[in-house]
Amino acid sequence: MTNEDRELEAAMATLLTTAPRSLAPGVLAEIGLADRYAQIDSPIGPLIVAWNGLGVSAVEAAVDDPRFEASHEVRTGRRTIRAERLPDALERAIRRRLGGNRRVRIDLDLRGHTDFERDVWQKALEIPRGEVRPYGWVAAEIGRPRAVRAVGTALGHNPVPLIVPCHRVVRSDGMIGQYSLGGPQNKRTILAAEGLDPDRLESEARAGIRFVGSDTTGAVCLPTCHNATRITPAHRVPFRSMSAAFAAGYRPCRVCRPGSGAVAA
Amino acid sequence: MDTDSQLVAALASDLDGAFENLVLAHQDRLYSIALRILGDARDAEEAAQDALVRAYRALAGYPAERIRQLRLRPWLATIVLNLCRSRIGRRAAAGRPALSLDAAEPGTLQPPADERTGPAATLARRDAGRAWADLLLTLPPAYRSAVVLRHVDGLSYPELATALDRPEGTVKAQVHRGLAMLRTAFETAERREREEMTA
Repeated sequence: MTNEDRELEAAMATLLTTAPRSLAPGVLAEIGLADRYAQIDSPIGPLIVAWNGLGVSAVEAAVDDPRFEASHEVRTGRRTIRAERLPDALERAIRRRLGGNRRVRIDLDLRGHTDFERDVWQKALEIPRGEVRPYGWVAAEIGRPRAVRAVGTALGHNPVPLIVPCHRVVRSDGMIGQYSLGGPQNKRTILAAEGLDPDRLESEARAGIRFVGSDTTGAVCLPTCHNATRITPAHRVPFRSMSAAFAAGYRPCRVCRPGSGAVAA
Repeated sequence: MDTDSQLVAALASDLDGAFENLVLAHQDRLYSIALRILGDARDAEEAAQDALVRAYRALAGYPAERIRQLRLRPWLATIVLNLCRSRIGRRAAAGRPALSLDAAEPGTLQPPADERTGPAATLARRDAGRAWADLLLTLPPAYRSAVVLRHVDGLSYPELATALDRPEGTVKAQVHRGLAMLRTAFETAERREREEMTA
C-alpha cells in the first residue's frame, strides 16, 4: 500500500460524523419509546397533547412543561420531549374530530390500560356529538351491566379526553356529573359547545324525565337521542322509567337502545 | 464480550429497555453512511431515522435466539443502505439531476500549498473534508457504497461482504476500484483548478 493510499483512507475516515441531536428522539418517538408533546387551543383553554408513532397518548389541561413531563413520565414510563407544535395532519384530525366528525381517524396509544378500560372508551366513542348516555348505559352495552362504578372510574382515567368523548357520559340520574379534564364546569362548557343545553337537561332529569317517547312512532328514546330531539312538543311523551314506557306500549329506539342499563333504575 | 454482543444480549431479553442504547451506539455511523451516500443532511437524517425505526420493528418480530445471533454492524448497514438506494431511485424518478462528476464543484477544492505536496496536504485543510465528500458523491453508487462502508464506517471485509451480500473478493475489488476512481477524480479536479488559476 502506498502512502497516498493510506492518506486517502485516512481522509475517508474523517468523513465519519456526528448525527444531529434530533435523530435519536425522532427514532424513539416514532417507535413509541418516547412521547412528544405540544399545546393546542380548545373551547376550554389551552391543552397539552402528547403523541408518538403509535398514536395520541395524552390530552390534558395545559400546565407548565416540567410538571407535565414529570407526571406523564410517571404515568407512562416514557421520556417526554417538548415539540414546537403538533404535526399538521394530527392537529387537523383533532380539530375535525372535536368539530364532530367521527369518521376522521386518530390513532391512540393506550398501552398499559386494561381491556375493560378500552371497552369503555370504545363505547364512549360511539356516542354522537350533541348527545349523552348514562354510565349504566355504557356498562350494559359492553356486557358488564353491574360495573357502573367501574365505568365511571374508567372514564375518569381516560388519558385522551375530548378525543375519546367521556364528557358525553353522564350520571344515571341525568345529572351532568364529574369530569376529569378540569372539573364539571368544563364538561358543561364542552356539551354546550356541542349543541346541548346542560341546564335544561338537568332540570328535566330533576323533574323525573329519563326517557322520551313519540306517540306517532311508538318508539321511546334517551332524551338526547337525535330521534328524541326531533319529536315535536305535541307528540312528545315523557317517561320516568322504561317499564312505564313498556306498559304504555312503547318499544325502545334502535339507535339509542334506551333499555341498556335502565331496567333496574 | 464486545459492546455489540452485550447489546444484542440486552436486546434479546428486553427490546424496549435496550433499544435506546442501540440508537445511541449506532446513530452516528448510520447517519454518516447515509450522508456520504446521499450527500444531503436532511435526507440522511431521514434515512438514518427510518433505518433505526425499521430495525426496531424487525427486532420486535424476531425470536430472542435470532436477535442473539445478529451481527448488528453489518445488519444495520444493510438496512440504511437499502433505504439510501430507494431514495436515490426516487430522486431519479422525480427528475432531480443524477449525481455526476459535475456535482463536485472544482471551486470547493483547495489548491495545493506548493508543488511538493500532493492531495495529502490539501486534506489537512479545513475544507478538505467537504471536497472529499463531494468527490465521493461522483462515484457510481455501487463503488460509493463499498468505499463508504469500508473506509468511512470502517466495516471489515467479511462484514462488508455480509452487508452487501457479495463475495468478499467482489467487495474488495469494488473498494479498490472506488478508491482509484476517487483519486483520479481528485487529480482531475485539481488539474482543472490549476489550469483555471494560470489561465
